[in-house]
Amino acid sequence: MTAELAKQLVILSGKGGTGKTSLTAGFAYESARGDLPMRTVLVDADVDAANLGLVLEAEPVEQHEFWGGSLAEIDETLCTGCAMCEPVCRYDAIFPHKEILGVLWVDPIACDGCAACVYACPEEAIEMVPQQEGFWYRSQTPYGEFLHAELFPGKENSGKLVTLVKQQGRLAADDRAAQLVVIDGPPGIGCPVISACAGTDLGLMVTEPGQAGLHDLQRILGTLRHFKIETVLVINKADLYPEGTAAVKQFAEKEGLVVIGEIPFDENIPKAMLAGKPVSLLYPESAAAKAIQQIWLKTVAKMMQPEGSYE
Amino acid sequence: MKIAVASGKGGTGKTTVATNLALSLKDRYPVNLMDCDVEAPNAHLFLHPVLTRQYKASIRIPEIDPQRCTLCGKCVEVCQFHALAKVGKTIMVFPQLCHGCGSCTWNCPEDAITEVPNPIGIMEEGATVGGIAFSQGKLTLSEPMATPIIRQLKKLEDQAGDVIRIYDAPPGASCSVVETLRGVDFVVLVSEPTPFGLHDLKQMLGILQDLNLPFGVVINRDGIGYDRLDQYLTDHKIPVLLHIPFERAIARGIAAGKTLNEIDPRYQEQFLSLFDQIEKIFQTEREAL
Repeated sequence: MTAELAKQLVILSGKGGTGKTSLTAGFAYESARGDLPMRTVLVDADVDAANLGLVLEAEPVEQHEFWGGSLAEIDETLCTGCAMCEPVCRYDAIFPHKEILGVLWVDPIACDGCAACVYACPEEAIEMVPQQEGFWYRSQTPYGEFLHAELFPGKENSGKLVTLVKQQGRLAADDRAAQLVVIDGPPGIGCPVISACAGTDLGLMVTEPGQAGLHDLQRILGTLRHFKIETVLVINKADLYPEGTAAVKQFAEKEGLVVIGEIPFDENIPKAMLAGKPVSLLYPESAAAKAIQQIWLKTVAKMMQPEGSYE
Repeated sequence: MKIAVASGKGGTGKTTVATNLALSLKDRYPVNLMDCDVEAPNAHLFLHPVLTRQYKASIRIPEIDPQRCTLCGKCVEVCQFHALAKVGKTIMVFPQLCHGCGSCTWNCPEDAITEVPNPIGIMEEGATVGGIAFSQGKLTLSEPMATPIIRQLKKLEDQAGDVIRIYDAPPGASCSVVETLRGVDFVVLVSEPTPFGLHDLKQMLGILQDLNLPFGVVINRDGIGYDRLDQYLTDHKIPVLLHIPFERAIARGIAAGKTLNEIDPRYQEQFLSLFDQIEKIFQTEREAL
């Protein structure tokens, strides 16, 4: 008998700050202590602004270095200043050395790590040096195991790090025979988002009423559909701007997109965030917590249906 | 003067600050606004520019001439991004992994590689009715790489003239933010008084340290009740340029596509004073050098 693989749920939004992390924290609470508990592993895939741990009371039990790409470095004792490296660099990263006359220097902030200069240098004075670009962590939380990471400021390869924490989440889920992996995604639609949504079973999009929210929803929906990922929609702060909510619903209907729930504009959400706890734990009777509970029930029902029975 | 508006955390109000700064300054200076959040560009929704020019943003990807290729594998070896692979009797190219660096082309001993543009997005230019020059980039859905569009968008820019240039940065704190910030004179960081806002602001401070740029902070949604942000800014002697209160009326107005100046005309003065502070800090830093 083969063990059933955990289903993967990714929470995305396009636009930042629409409430992905607050909703994920609510799901963490529901998965452990709600009316419909699930063995769940939590993953924070927003590695350059990793905030989920701040509301899960995460206690790291393991810390690992993340080595991303390599950057070019010029050995100043070998460089003759011939500047053959300069024209091959498309990232404007090669400059005269600040202290040594007649020697060149690679700006690590501008370097893309392509190594074109390495091959262009007749003196073999340039070397690719691997870079540590962050850490990833395995943590314990009151709601279960939690995988997260921290990309050092300004680094590339956030997509690679997202893939890595997701893989670790998957392994943790296998170890514990978890039923579900919940992934808090990054904003936008580019490389880290594509990494976050790859291989997931459901993309839950969180939008807020308003032109910007709707505009970015269209972009994230298009992205998820391109990768053939099933989607559902949550409207956060739904009562803030009813005309905007109506416009989102109209869009959803036109696109055949299921609105799985609405969360009202509720000051308990920022209050819970300040306290560093899920709103569902701190204010279980609040309108937001109740809405999140309903969304959890519907999301789980959708994901746990037998294969092929939903479309 | 070039001013970038960045935040780390998404949804803190970068676009609100960038667009209102542009609107407040437009009667005093020539103003350009560039939306560098090419994954989710929203500034146009508030400024309503008339876009008159459109360009493709592309990455130059290799095309291999099978007549000349000897399958030596040099291109596969030099590519740092695994965008080329030798599969059977062909060299395969994976466009979405290609960074367009040109290394394979230069290193092919048979001159079998030419570069062809692979479009990854578009760039648009125009102006608002009020006279703000406007440009934006848009990443094509399912394309991974935002940074090359930002780089190309900035290269389109006419560098001439004494113009206030405002760059609306993407969220996060990785390479696309660095690309937006390269070469600017000042960075306005928009934060909110929450643990998330403070955590992500610190990520941005890491980048600013590396780039050695002067900056100040705008606190949005002020009054939520978290004093650690103020405390942190005071302790680190970081100037606070403006407070925008946490008010349902503002949240509602912005959702409806209004600018702060439209919601409350007094913001005009506040943004002018924000700009005065930027100039002062910029001057002081310049004299210190």
